[in-house]
Amino acid sequence: MKVLGLSAVDQTRLLRICILGLISVVAIGSRLYSVLRFESVIHEFDPWFNYRTTKYLVQHGFEKFWNWFDESAWYPLGRVVGGTLYPGIMVTSAAIYNALHALNIPVDIRNVCVFLAPGFSALTAIATYQLGKEVKNETAGLLAAAFMGVAPGYISRSVAGSYDNEGIAIFLLVLTFWLWLRAVRVGSAMSAAVCALSYFYMVSAWGGYVFIINLVPLHVCVLLAMGRFSNRLYVAYSTFYALGTLASMQIPFVGFQPTFTSEHMAALGAFGLIQVVAAAYYVRARVTAVQFRAFVGCAVVLVAALGACVLVVLTMRGAVAPWTGRFYSLWDTAYAKVHIPIIASVSEHQPTAWPNFFFDLNVLIWLFPAGIYFSFRELSDNHVFLILYSVFAAYFAGVMVRLILTLTPIVCVLAGVAVANVFEAYLSRGSSGPGVAQVPRAAVIGAVLFLLCSFQWHSSWITSTAYSSPSVVLASRGPDGSHHIIDDFREAYYWLRRNTEPHERVLSWWDYGYQLAGMADRPTLVDNNTWNNTHIATVGRIMASDEDTAYELARRHDVDYVLVVFGAMLGYSGDDINKFLWMIRIAQGVYPNDVREQDFFNAAGEYAIGDTASKAMRESLLHKLCYYRFGEVMGAQAFDRVRKQRLPSSVSLHNFEEAYTTENWMVRIYRVKSLDNFGRSHHEAAKFDST
Amino acid sequence: MSAVLSALVRDYAAHTPLRLRAIDAYMAFCAVIALVQLVYCVLVGSFPYNAFLAGFGSAAACFVFAAALRIKTDKRNAHQFSGSPEGAFAEFVFCHIVLHFVVANFLG
Repeated sequence: MKVLGLSAVDQTRLLRICILGLISVVAIGSRLYSVLRFESVIHEFDPWFNYRTTKYLVQHGFEKFWNWFDESAWYPLGRVVGGTLYPGIMVTSAAIYNALHALNIPVDIRNVCVFLAPGFSALTAIATYQLGKEVKNETAGLLAAAFMGVAPGYISRSVAGSYDNEGIAIFLLVLTFWLWLRAVRVGSAMSAAVCALSYFYMVSAWGGYVFIINLVPLHVCVLLAMGRFSNRLYVAYSTFYALGTLASMQIPFVGFQPTFTSEHMAALGAFGLIQVVAAAYYVRARVTAVQFRAFVGCAVVLVAALGACVLVVLTMRGAVAPWTGRFYSLWDTAYAKVHIPIIASVSEHQPTAWPNFFFDLNVLIWLFPAGIYFSFRELSDNHVFLILYSVFAAYFAGVMVRLILTLTPIVCVLAGVAVANVFEAYLSRGSSGPGVAQVPRAAVIGAVLFLLCSFQWHSSWITSTAYSSPSVVLASRGPDGSHHIIDDFREAYYWLRRNTEPHERVLSWWDYGYQLAGMADRPTLVDNNTWNNTHIATVGRIMASDEDTAYELARRHDVDYVLVVFGAMLGYSGDDINKFLWMIRIAQGVYPNDVREQDFFNAAGEYAIGDTASKAMRESLLHKLCYYRFGEVMGAQAFDRVRKQRLPSSVSLHNFEEAYTTENWMVRIYRVKSLDNFGRSHHEAAKFDST
Repeated sequence: MSAVLSALVRDYAAHTPLRLRAIDAYMAFCAVIALVQLVYCVLVGSFPYNAFLAGFGSAAACFVFAAALRIKTDKRNAHQFSGSPEGAFAEFVFCHIVLHFVVANFLG
């Protein structure tokens, strides 16, 4: 039957294009909840840094951006921004912005940044389609694309407003893997070169590129161990490694790491190994079996001895750096808690609880092992890759919540493969034997369709309730169901922006550094980059010390304002008093004689903040700044809604004066008083004033 | 071992067409260039490191691209690949163009 004058093949092609278009629309649409409910605003913390650097790039051009030294971050140290970030997302946004402006479409840079991730999620769905098509056929590809478009594991990092590296990195991950599998299957140097370019783009976008540069060599080594060396594999991997590594070293943040760090040694080893194996196969094709055995015996001994010597010498001389803390903690999960508290304190780095898998992947989580089974049944070179990717991604997702993101693409692809197999078995017209009877067939297909629909429903619901919160703006419902917006953060930042001098420095915990720099535009002492543990420990010490020590330390660091987040009035449990223990632990790591965690628990061992609090807790700067004058607002029934304790009866504060407190007492800003005119301490001055 | 090597040499002399020998000579040249740079680095020092990596990396990459070209133009391997020898050469050129830009930026 001809539709629109097209043949059957063209009809299916048109249908596929329409389906992919619909998937893209759904993918983009389901990420727009927060823009519709609140406004087009950048979410959370890290995206504010990306946004600020993108604005800088657009205003000052690429040359200045590449060489930018930011004096207002990490005061007084500064930060070499050009050399310590992954420029991919900024360059992409700037390119889109410039392209649109060249066409005379005046889009604001903020809107480009906010809507970049949803746009790229549509591209990710299409790339997943290509990957599924590469592995099995178009049906599996379309199913995988449909899953990827709405899978909550991916949506969590790519909603509109979440302007973070993962937004484009997952697209590049899937693209690189697709190109790699195509290069291995066809043996094309062009595919491998384009794969290397895609890998370069991925290196510029996200630190998770280490996953690619370890998984691909692992694939190569496993294939070699299975005895599946082929010329196609040699062409693909050698081209990919030679171009990819050279290209990846162009990013300043990566620098020369591919030549000496453990994270990149697997790729180098696989490269050397495949050259040796290729030479061995060349010799084998040209000499008799006996001679070849002798040759291999000699050669293996020689090469292995040489390789072992080189490796031992390099490791002993320290030329090969060990695995860095962030990646080492994936193997030794207890390592970070003891040695690097900052890594352990991030909530995204905690191990994954079982419900999280169902939350983020729903139906796909049990279709995933079915897909692995089908991969084992076919076991071509590409299927070996899928199995390896599944195993390692599943392990890493189990270790760290954040890494469910890297698990999502393979789960979608393998779930697509599994469902495609089900459709093939139950929808085919019995070409291989009598097939299945009508009623069971209808039942199975009906059940599968119901599950797929419920997956879509679940994903939309999850996106709407769990992953669409901007974090900068909070929402709650009043007793009569009316919407109540809590905009305290922006209120405080804009107060700073309007009422302080541009050079005045703000001290806060590192969580708020990027937001302060982005919205208040003031110098900060520590921010989310967390590259200098000592500086963060110093800030923690200031927060944990008594008022006079803190005052002296703050003056020594030229601090003008102190900002604390306090959730007791609203019941906001992510405030600084709840984070206080982490501040103390980090400070104790660097200043063990000045800050001790045990001092902050009272005699009964409780974390008390009221009148039963320990002396160190009562006198600490953070406690004073948070609870100063709070009792007045709540009156006789003064109660901390988060800690569920009575408030301290009196809080005195002399060295700092209150500058601003927001509407719901969420953010409190204090000014560091300058020295007294008569050289008195501020306590004496206060005593004099009160008489 | 020496018997194996002499058998290899005899087989090579007898069965390798001129086109492949030209590519082999180019590969040997690339390997020698890489070796010279490595020896220089070991003897004189690795500063500036990016220049060394760019030079060594480009020599190694040229070797690898030539090896890929050789594999794909060898008539014995024709059944493994779907393209023609001319297609293989086109891919060779494309890889070199990409390599050119990368190395030009890396030399500094």
